[in-house]
Amino acid sequence: MNADRRRTELRGMLFAVAGATVVVAFLLLALGANPWEAFKLLYEGSFGSMAKLSATLLVWVPLVIASASLVITYNTGLWNIGVEGQIVMGAIFATWAARTIPGPGWVVIVAGIIAGILGGVFWGLLAGVLKTHGGVNEIFGGLGLFFVSLGLTTYLVIGPWSREGVASTSGTDLFERDVWFPRIGSLDVSWLSLVLAVVAIAGVYLLMRGTMFGLKLKAIGNSMSSSARLGVASNRYMLGAFAVAGGLAGLAGTTQVMAFHHKLVPSVSGGFGFLGILVVLLAGFRAAPVAPLALFFAALSVGASQLELRLELDSSVGGVIQGTLVLFVLMAAGWQRRRADLRAAAREAQAGSAQ
Amino acid sequence: MLELLDIHKHFGAVRANDGVTMRVEAGTIHGLLGENGAGKSTLMKVLAGFITADSGTIHLADEPLEVSNPRESVAAGIGLLHQDPLLCLPFSVLENFMLGRPESLVLDPDTARAELEELATRFDFQFSPDATARSLTVGERQQLEILRLLSLGVRVLILDEPTTAISASQRVLLFATLRKLTDEGLTVIFVSHKLEEIEEICDRATVLRAGQVTGEVELPVPAAQLVSLMFGKAIVPEERADVAIGDIVIELDGVTVAERLVTLQDVSVAAKAGEVVGLAGLAGSGQQTMLRICAGQRKPDQGVVRLHGEDVTSKGYNQHLDLGVHWLPADRLGEGLVEGLTVTEHFALAGDTPQGFVVDWQGAESEARTKITHFSVKGTTDSTPESLSGGNQQRLLLAMMPDHVELLLMEHPTRGLDIESAEWVWHQILERRTDGTAVLFSSADLDELLRYSDRILVFFAGELLRELVASETDTEELGYLIGGKDRQ
Amino acid sequence: MMTGLFASVPIIIGLAIVGDLDVTTGTVIAGAAPLIYATIGETITEKAGVVNLSLDGSLLLSAMAGFGIAFLSGSVILGFLAAAAVSALVALIIAYAGIELRLNQIAVGFVLFLLCTRLSALLGAPFVREPGPAVPKLEIPLLADIPFLGKALFQHNLSIYGSFVVVLVAYWFFYRTRPGLELQAVGERPESAFARGVSVRRVRYFYTILGGALVGIGGAAFSLDQKFGWSEGHVRNFGWIALAIVIFGGWHPFRVALGCYLFGALQVVALKLQPVFPGLSQVLPILPFPTMILTLVVINRPGFRALGDRFGSLRKFLASEPPAALGTNFEQQ
Repeated sequence: MNADRRRTELRGMLFAVAGATVVVAFLLLALGANPWEAFKLLYEGSFGSMAKLSATLLVWVPLVIASASLVITYNTGLWNIGVEGQIVMGAIFATWAARTIPGPGWVVIVAGIIAGILGGVFWGLLAGVLKTHGGVNEIFGGLGLFFVSLGLTTYLVIGPWSREGVASTSGTDLFERDVWFPRIGSLDVSWLSLVLAVVAIAGVYLLMRGTMFGLKLKAIGNSMSSSARLGVASNRYMLGAFAVAGGLAGLAGTTQVMAFHHKLVPSVSGGFGFLGILVVLLAGFRAAPVAPLALFFAALSVGASQLELRLELDSSVGGVIQGTLVLFVLMAAGWQRRRADLRAAAREAQAGSAQ
Repeated sequence: MLELLDIHKHFGAVRANDGVTMRVEAGTIHGLLGENGAGKSTLMKVLAGFITADSGTIHLADEPLEVSNPRESVAAGIGLLHQDPLLCLPFSVLENFMLGRPESLVLDPDTARAELEELATRFDFQFSPDATARSLTVGERQQLEILRLLSLGVRVLILDEPTTAISASQRVLLFATLRKLTDEGLTVIFVSHKLEEIEEICDRATVLRAGQVTGEVELPVPAAQLVSLMFGKAIVPEERADVAIGDIVIELDGVTVAERLVTLQDVSVAAKAGEVVGLAGLAGSGQQTMLRICAGQRKPDQGVVRLHGEDVTSKGYNQHLDLGVHWLPADRLGEGLVEGLTVTEHFALAGDTPQGFVVDWQGAESEARTKITHFSVKGTTDSTPESLSGGNQQRLLLAMMPDHVELLLMEHPTRGLDIESAEWVWHQILERRTDGTAVLFSSADLDELLRYSDRILVFFAGELLRELVASETDTEELGYLIGGKDRQ
Repeated sequence: MMTGLFASVPIIIGLAIVGDLDVTTGTVIAGAAPLIYATIGETITEKAGVVNLSLDGSLLLSAMAGFGIAFLSGSVILGFLAAAAVSALVALIIAYAGIELRLNQIAVGFVLFLLCTRLSALLGAPFVREPGPAVPKLEIPLLADIPFLGKALFQHNLSIYGSFVVVLVAYWFFYRTRPGLELQAVGERPESAFARGVSVRRVRYFYTILGGALVGIGGAAFSLDQKFGWSEGHVRNFGWIALAIVIFGGWHPFRVALGCYLFGALQVVALKLQPVFPGLSQVLPILPFPTMILTLVVINRPGFRALGDRFGSLRKFLASEPPAALGTNFEQQ
């Protein structure tokens, strides 16, 4: 029964991917680009050379970590759209650490990581408390907190943390060189980031599949009333989910300021939180497909800049492909489920009149 | 003359209407009598166009009638008044009255108001057209709906369990209204499971049991006959093995709880270790509320609840759980089992295998396998509850009970189960008695209540009507009491 | 709307400081027009019980489409129509996904938000910073000469006058017409509407699409009237603000419009104060959201609810209850 169902699921997914590809191809043609060439360029632009691969990985790291964070909240039945704000908060806290904590580079780096996580935990818990004790829907509260975090960033960047003499929104001063995450050779990507990303997604996988905490979250997400009957305290665990997810998002923010920008900029969250929502929707809320799917999405984002260069297509085409893909997959899944439900209902009616 | 001929309607494996034929004469009040789940609501929803039957026909005044939605039904002159009237609560009384009327584009509140007030006066109803629907009592909401249906020209008025949540004076007014309506030539179908009312107001009655018509009578008729048509043959329970009854486990003292549709009033009762206490009564009479009070899901507005002598009135569900209370709800999927979680995951979550931070999957899996075999659950450790049949879901729920439980609370333990599963469930429950567990269960099945309970508590409209010793009563007496009649 | 009252005091003070009150009021009213279209449109959609979370994206996409078509054809009217069509199409997808496929409206809405945002950047690239047609000014004779009110209300253009009309028509439609009553019933309690012969399905489709079209007009009003032209991220975050204003306006056209005007005033004040308080003006646009959140928290406290229950008129003022069936799917069988 399970294998059968998974086969139909896979078939639906393939149809969706095919459909999305066709639509995108048409769109490209309409914009005067050769679809085949475009797809080739996307690949080359993301994996074509070590430098390109490193650029892709630089995008992959925060995306994977943010997606891992979302896996937790989704399984708990929460729409943590405020994840972008938690990334920003982590970035802010990490920046504070980078600028304030004295000592050798690696001490500051560790402090930055811890501070960033704490910042995310704080912001996540805030959204959670607003929901459990304030009755504010987490979508709305999360978004509001995101805007607040943006305001805070802007304030810091042109105010107390502004560059000497220049109050511009292009960011703070660059961090001290020894506070940057250590890189791989001459490439831009940091091995520390990669390690953190792998640990994050592996950690979430193990957390959700191997711990009571993860199991309880899943129970709450599936049925709040039944899990309450089994003794699971909903509020406590929902807040726990917000805290852990927020912490991970904060970690993503840390990598953004310490391994990528090397300073605080207003756009530090980079839309990775929102993109992570797409990744997790595509992954069916499971942790296992997240890493490869995030890599695919990162490749699309990075490769799209090649399209801008060579085919004069705006780089947002990467986002268009991502969005179209997820939309088609969602619709296909819904359509399959609907067909199955209708068939079951028809069988019932037949059985009834045959009496 | 309204005729429903050979109506069939399935819901999954349940045959809600199994070849029902019913004839209603114009200008009469026709009763539709039966216990919960007999199929009355389904039949009336079919008649009023809310659901479509699998097969069967309806004839109105010798013409075949085909309705596929409520609008067509009302256009044909048939209107259904739901037990909980479907009003839009934030809207005003007048707005609810106007909704669905064949008005022009612009609303004409003045004409509607005049019509509403005229109708209200005719039937002695009193409400303010500008009050919100939310502020009306259930009885007043009913009155509004009746007026609305009348203003739409309905000639056949169906009332689905109308007296469940209205006051005595509102009931008197309602019955007077119904008689006025039939005097004017309208037809009324009165759906109920309250014997007394059917006897009081109806001219004829059709009795349903388990989806089939067991009889059609012209009233008045001896109540005993109605009871036997509703519940089946009178059974005297057989002897059961004696079990040592211990101390009081759970005690309610003067407990009053106000819920939306019923208020449990001043209930004082106790259950002892090794006892099986059945809660009898029509749906919404207070049994469910009492079980939930015992489970700690609901705190009483007044009164004290004691568990083994300890005052637990202010303690919540999780604390009751810790004190050895186990509650099995009637909604097996919605409140009992977690959809989407496998059997193994259920045992990991709430089984006997000790769990730390990391889940002991092996332990959970082997416990799951053992329990599945021991409790004969037709499924694998990977099955999710929604893929199991009702009987197997119940088996799984019982399998998940801790080894020792102080107080077992069960809502409708064998509802929807076949005979074999039902007997098996009771075998499990009765075994617990020897362990010192006190068992409280609610049921709509009189046979079940008589056969397995030591004592039976009969509830009616929130009041604990009587406390009976099961071996000293029978189906007939129970039937009367449940219907609200206290047979002397 | 207590927020509105509390917030308006400093705003009015700010406006007074800024001076030139009649011109400023006119600017505020003009600036709020696109937001009014979008919020009224979303109010209609949500009254039917559907959430269109793609608002931020569809606003961008329709703004771009409106500008693009107007630019290519030279006709402002065609631009508005194109914008309405685009946004209506997005709304149709959400309606279909929710009604037919029983998908989660939030999920589909969010994906469409991202997709439309990116699509607007992709398709709008050739139009960036190009000058294009704009809505021509249309002063109303006689009325335009009234002191104060003339500058404030009657020296605008069709798009802005349209925003007045839309608010009034929405109010009349919701509370004085039969289809408006049916619409509210569908969002409030679909079973009740169904029992009264209303086709819940058809109502949901129709008003989701209509609301979407209005949102599109709002988008066109942005790019063809208020923030002329097109560039990426042009109408930043206005969709989210619109969603918030709908909630805070309690799904009532007049209060929603008030919310738009207050927000517009806040923006103007922030702009005018920028040379004086540079830091503050960056932060001011952020203020609406946290204030709104705080108010929601306060209003949800049981003490407040009890207060509202006792004083009926106060309750209507405080009430911000959503249509009870918002976001849910309805089985008609």
